[in-house]
Amino acid sequence: MSFLELINIHKSYDSAPLLCGVNFAVERGEIACLLGSSGSGKTTLLRILAGLEETEAGRILLEGQELTHVPAHQRGVVLMFQDYALFPHKTVAENVAFGLRYAPTTDSPVKSNRVARELLVPKVEAMLALVGLEGFGARDVNSLSGGERQRVALARSLAPQPRLLLLDEPLGALDRNLRERLLEELPTILRQVGVTTVTVTHDQEEALALADRVILLHEGRAVQQGAPEAVYAAPANAWVARFLGLQNLFSAKVVAAHHVEIALGVLELAETITLPPPGSTGTVLIQPWGIQPTENGRLRAHVVKRSFHGSYYRVEVDCGGTSLSFTQGLRQPAPRVGMELSFNLEPAALRWLG
Amino acid sequence: MPTPRASRASRQLQPWVLLLLPLLFLTLFYFYPLAAIFRVSFVENDASAVLPRLLSAGTLRVLGFTFGQALLSTALTLLLGLPGAYIFAHYDFPGKTLLQALATVPFVLPTVVVATAFTALTGSQSELRYTLGAILLAHIFYNVTVILRMVGGFWANLDPHLEQAARTLGASPWNAFREVTLPLLAPALGAAAMLVFIFCFTSFGVILILGGPRFATLEVEIYRQTINFANLPLAAALSLLQIGITLMLTLTYTRLQTGLARPLELRPQWATQRRPHHFPEIALVSATVLLLGLLLIAPLLTLITRSFGDGLHYYTALFENPRRSIFYVPPIMAIWNSARFALATTALALFLGLLTSLALLRQRLASGGWVLDALFMLPLGTSAVTLGLGYLISMGRPPLALRGTPLLIICGHTLVALPFVVRSLLPALQSIRPALREAAATLGAAPIHVFIEVDLPIVRRALAVGSVFAFTVSMGEFGATSMIARPELPTLPIAIYRFLSLPGALNYGQALAMSTILMMVCVVGFVAMERSRPLGMQTF
Repeated sequence: MSFLELINIHKSYDSAPLLCGVNFAVERGEIACLLGSSGSGKTTLLRILAGLEETEAGRILLEGQELTHVPAHQRGVVLMFQDYALFPHKTVAENVAFGLRYAPTTDSPVKSNRVARELLVPKVEAMLALVGLEGFGARDVNSLSGGERQRVALARSLAPQPRLLLLDEPLGALDRNLRERLLEELPTILRQVGVTTVTVTHDQEEALALADRVILLHEGRAVQQGAPEAVYAAPANAWVARFLGLQNLFSAKVVAAHHVEIALGVLELAETITLPPPGSTGTVLIQPWGIQPTENGRLRAHVVKRSFHGSYYRVEVDCGGTSLSFTQGLRQPAPRVGMELSFNLEPAALRWLG
Repeated sequence: MPTPRASRASRQLQPWVLLLLPLLFLTLFYFYPLAAIFRVSFVENDASAVLPRLLSAGTLRVLGFTFGQALLSTALTLLLGLPGAYIFAHYDFPGKTLLQALATVPFVLPTVVVATAFTALTGSQSELRYTLGAILLAHIFYNVTVILRMVGGFWANLDPHLEQAARTLGASPWNAFREVTLPLLAPALGAAAMLVFIFCFTSFGVILILGGPRFATLEVEIYRQTINFANLPLAAALSLLQIGITLMLTLTYTRLQTGLARPLELRPQWATQRRPHHFPEIALVSATVLLLGLLLIAPLLTLITRSFGDGLHYYTALFENPRRSIFYVPPIMAIWNSARFALATTALALFLGLLTSLALLRQRLASGGWVLDALFMLPLGTSAVTLGLGYLISMGRPPLALRGTPLLIICGHTLVALPFVVRSLLPALQSIRPALREAAATLGAAPIHVFIEVDLPIVRRALAVGSVFAFTVSMGEFGATSMIARPELPTLPIAIYRFLSLPGALNYGQALAMSTILMMVCVVGFVAMERSRPLGMQTF
């Protein structure tokens, strides 16, 4: 049995189905990332996990315990909102102490008892130190920068030692530079604490960098889940491939064992891939690394677009009316627009997506 | 092309030029009459007698009742208004827009109309009319919209994530409300309660009509001492007390209101509202809607139906001028008087309001701008009866012998309406960001087109709102007018009050008919105002 299990979660809005039978599981200590386009119901799923919305059918199990109808404050599941929802009338320290005062580990909630509040000070300081905000306790939360607010929200969420931490677009409200720095820091902090985390994002790069496990949500279902590398290498269907930012998708027809025909011609697939009987149609994906420009390649094309991405080029070529794209490192000079080139296709880079 | 230095100098000069007329108006029709009250108290009569007059048993009883009824009215208004504010903020239910509009109607209704409506509800001849209950009910009716708009509006825009964050951090629903929502709501709650208290404290028409001889607030006592007993020294002393107390209350309100400026990330209302689902929610929403609906509709509906109690007779009687008439003219002339005064008031208030707003707009950023701001809001916190008393004392002789002239009524109404006009215009003028004009200019619009396409459409709505405010304020003004109106030149509220004080079904019926007409005028104005209300959040 997994640490967290979602079984057949259903939810509809204004009688339009949003989630129709979501199933997935997360192991203890894992960082799982729900990935889907906006409106895919991923935030709703987090709210159901937090107990802020009710599922219409299905169950949630945490450590084998039925969580489905437990009220939000008794779950030990903390949700960090995309806008952080810091309490504007409390200081940084009071924000961080909030969950500690109501933590299920304390016998009775510590309310406005000043003595009890002082007992929390070392714990609050430790949490602030964890997120790199030593000495910020007395600050007014309204005076903080975006990145500082994000860290306070994280410290506040981690302080009561939740069994499960939920992050809604944790980096969504930050500018690009900060985002990239926190993309490194966030998993480090989460692993240091060892908290099991479910996070939500619409940004596939963020998901791939952050997560031990990605879960792709599409049309109300979890269409694929697994390690980021595995999902990226073998998308379950054309939607997943496109959503992950993969291009080079072609409608294809099976012509023989291990052979499919696309606009470029007949391609041979790796023997490990099982294909439907000849005559079936589907989609073939060519991974960008499978396109290798060489001197005497089998296919000829001319470059129509080239864009520079800092550490690599993305090159788009036209091959007899079919558009293909691939990436190229900075070691060789990148082909210029209008240049002719020839290339081969690496059979291992070809995927049948059905 | 002017140098930067020259253009800055001309900009600094401009506000004072614009302010010349408004300041002169404020001096003549606000400070001069108030000074006259001081003069009567301290110069023309024995100054040492002021304190004993105020400490007499009768005055203390009036003061006690004024505070007591205001406190009780505020508590009861909160009791009904808070559930209302909660459901308006959190739920979307059928008929919501209608109820919201309905709840705002009392706010534009003249006190005389509301009081008449409640006499119609409780029965004119019955003993019920002169009860504390009727007064309290009328005050709730009048002020519940303040709670709905101020607290409900703030609550609806409060980020629901704050309370939800508290919940997932382990706080029970009650604790999340106590620790997060309540402290954030407190300034809005305090400001709204304070405003209701001020309105009830200075309540005049409602108490005068519904309280009969049994109940008197400070306002009513000033009126009686002036009109019934011609005891000007006592009236003036009471006015001083009234000025002192309302000034303190208004200052408290202003302080509470600045507390509202806590940096909150407010959410659009659609993001915070949903339809009620479970039984307790549906029960709460239905019960509150039913109670509010009943409170708001019953008096007005009774007023209308009883005004037709004798067919159209009460209305046709308005056109007759019987021999022993109290007005010397057909009562319908009161409508004509009110309409003309209101039109003149609207024109004057818009003119002065526009000058004031433009000046304040330029002056606001400068140091000391808030003093000017406060200066033009002063009439809002001053009791109308006190103002009337000031006119009565000061305008009877040169240099400003205006007593009994329509001009004085118009200027008095303009003074009361001016803060409303400024409050409508100023935010609209401020909302025009320079970038809007610059964007229009870079898109090729000449300055005149920029004005027509950017400034005018934005300010035009505010101008419409301001004029409707001025018009309805003038149509309904009772406190000041009751002190200065000539018998042969009655306004609509004055005529209604006189009919109410006379015995007989026909007199009462005519009061009902005129109240219905006045109500219709105000409701039409209100509808026009809602339609041209500028976009964005509405506050007082």
